[in-house]
Amino acid sequence: MNSPQSFKDAFIAEAEDLLVEIEECVLDIETNPEDMDAINRLFRAMHTIKGSGAMFGFEDIASFTHHVETALDFVREGKLKISTKLINMVLKSRDHIKAMLEHSQGGPVVRASQTEDLIKVIESLIPNKLKNQPPRETIVPSMLPKTPTPVEKVFRISVKPNENIFSFGMDPALLVEELRQLGECTVTPYTGSIPTLDQIAPVSCYIHWDIILFTNFDENAVRDVFIFVEDECETKILDISDNRDDIPKVGEILVSKGDTTKEQVEDALRRQSRIGDLLAQTSGIPKERIKSALAEQKTLERKKAASQQETVKVAAEKLDALVNLVGELVIVQAQLSSISRHVNAPPLQTSVEEIERLISELRDVALNVRMMPIGTTFAKFRRLVRDLSSELGKEIKLETEGAETEMDKTVLDKLGDPLVHLIRNSIDHGVESPDVRLASGKPSTGTIRLAAQHRGAKVVISITDDGKGLDVDKILKKAQERQLIPKDADLSEREIYNLIMAPGFSTAEQVSQVSGRGVGMDVVKKQIEALRGSVSIQSDTGKGTHIELSLPLTLAIIDGLLVEVDEDKYVIPVNSVEECLELTESSKAMDKSRNLLKVRGELVPFVRLREVFGIKTKESKLEEAVVVEMGDSRIGIVVDRIVGDHQTVIKSLGHLYRNVQGVSGATIMGDGNVALIVDIPSLASIANIDEQQHLQQNRSVIQ
Amino acid sequence: MTKTIMTADDSASMRQMITFTLKQAGYDVVEAEDGKDALSKAESGSIDMLITDLNMPNMNGMELIHAIRQIEKYKFIPIIMLTTESDAEKKQQGKLAGATGWLVKPFQPPQLTAVIKKVLR
Repeated sequence: MNSPQSFKDAFIAEAEDLLVEIEECVLDIETNPEDMDAINRLFRAMHTIKGSGAMFGFEDIASFTHHVETALDFVREGKLKISTKLINMVLKSRDHIKAMLEHSQGGPVVRASQTEDLIKVIESLIPNKLKNQPPRETIVPSMLPKTPTPVEKVFRISVKPNENIFSFGMDPALLVEELRQLGECTVTPYTGSIPTLDQIAPVSCYIHWDIILFTNFDENAVRDVFIFVEDECETKILDISDNRDDIPKVGEILVSKGDTTKEQVEDALRRQSRIGDLLAQTSGIPKERIKSALAEQKTLERKKAASQQETVKVAAEKLDALVNLVGELVIVQAQLSSISRHVNAPPLQTSVEEIERLISELRDVALNVRMMPIGTTFAKFRRLVRDLSSELGKEIKLETEGAETEMDKTVLDKLGDPLVHLIRNSIDHGVESPDVRLASGKPSTGTIRLAAQHRGAKVVISITDDGKGLDVDKILKKAQERQLIPKDADLSEREIYNLIMAPGFSTAEQVSQVSGRGVGMDVVKKQIEALRGSVSIQSDTGKGTHIELSLPLTLAIIDGLLVEVDEDKYVIPVNSVEECLELTESSKAMDKSRNLLKVRGELVPFVRLREVFGIKTKESKLEEAVVVEMGDSRIGIVVDRIVGDHQTVIKSLGHLYRNVQGVSGATIMGDGNVALIVDIPSLASIANIDEQQHLQQNRSVIQ
Repeated sequence: MTKTIMTADDSASMRQMITFTLKQAGYDVVEAEDGKDALSKAESGSIDMLITDLNMPNMNGMELIHAIRQIEKYKFIPIIMLTTESDAEKKQQGKLAGATGWLVKPFQPPQLTAVIKKVLR
């Protein structure tokens, strides 16, 4: 039914009805020439025959009817009077159309001369002054699918819709979509004119676009996209494919006009990867080559920058001053951001956001400047190992890995002592003498491996030896002698290893020259914790010991997790945070009197900051726990509320507060208040002491 | 969701052809045979787009476009006018009434679907 033929049939049936109507209208008009309704119906009928006829392949009927329609249009507009001649003409024309229709269905041939004669009659009825009107333009976009050409062109298109474009039912995003159909597009939206939320009119369009289009279609095809929005859209289309060699770069133009600076252009060019594509199109260089050239250029730039860096020597204290100033800036910027949030001034907010971005970049750069490869520190140990091992009659070689790993100079400076101690320990207690080694089937030369690597926001330094490992029984005995643990304590291997870091513990029976001088592993632990790091020990009896130091990249500014107890805020270093959870009855362990938290089936001791700091206000109904990792163990820190991420500029506390438990520093918040930085190691020991006391109480109850 | 397009045309053969083309392209279609019919069907129902002839009895295309735009729910729908008069004056009038675009008769079915794709998401 719905084939082109069926449309034709439908048209013929329709046209026959219309021809009947035409006859009726003409007769009505003859009796009453003022009958405007009849005149309109007559015009419409002719108009439909013309329009639909053209649609369904009756071009002859359509073009003939056009002449009649033109005459009737003048009648409708009152420019042409109804006359007998006119009535006769319309009736004759009607019969002529009918004949042409019948011919299409196999009726007798309609001679072209008949059509021409009738057209002459019609023309004669129309006064010359009306004919002189300019011919009506009939060429409009065909909307027909365009055929691509083999030549690829580049167009720079700028589309700026009027604010009211939506009220024409046009979605400008569709225009951009349509352009995408024509070829590869780089679309840059301009969102700067979007007003603030309280001033936005949701039915207005505030965005405009710049588009670079690579297409195989011609300019007309591109213009056709915007055919409906000529008046509602400021559209500029520029064919830039011919401007191959001499055209100045957009950046150059902008610079010459004073719209921007050279630095800004260079910065923009670095970000705008499309420049490569553009080059590929305009100069015919394959994209890959452009890419590789860009990569080469980048590498060269980096190399150059690196070599320059080598030649610049800056006093460390200048760098420290710089980092300190950046820290102050971060604090002031946080204050500024906080103020601008309370002032409804969009231009201020924009500037503040820009400052925020710049300062965050500045912070990264400043901290980066102070970064140094750990290799310089490693190099010092080579001599130490050589001297010590020969002194002790041992054969030991030092292997290093990750010497290029970078750390903040301040961290690195304080790392020397603990490392020296650990290496001495390995040489003295770890690696056996050559004959012992050979007897146990090991090569006579022992190895100490010093390795550094980045792990997230931390640097992990490990000292591994292939010596005899830690003696679990010896450590236990010693700890009991020193009353560090109860006689019947049931400890895991890890907990036993950790005992060697307990204050006053030293396994060396004789105080040797090298180690065991009374300052044991507890000092190492303290030093590392002072750097916000942690120590973990692994050992395999007979095979060796592996000690890991986990350290933050920097001590100046850290990412903190802001938490709240009552009205006070505290910062927990994010790099120790493992997870956050709500403290519910079900997440607590069965025994309610014990401060144990169930985290994924594992029991984790927790402390309440409220209790540690003796905050006596009304307890919060809801509590949240931050599970932090401390070397090998985990503890939960229970707070009232977890606020969120906070760029923490670390300020040290004064001498008076040096021995305060649970706090390692302070920071200044955006609103000017001070937040204390929680010292995780000391909290962990509080949590463990609590738990041990509890165990002892239980024991005494049983006894 | 299938979009519903209304075709308003006093020519039955045109409506038949447009309906067929739109259904082929996967749209739902509502037919109206003049402006008045179109307006009442649009008011009582729901359409996503209107394709209207200009020369119609009872209410012509211009009046229809204007009336449709007054209806809150149709303030932003695409409206395409079908026209044989391609002169700037008619286009301008249509635009002023609130039309989104136009298509000149005679056209081929692919041209119709191309125009719809231009304006209907």
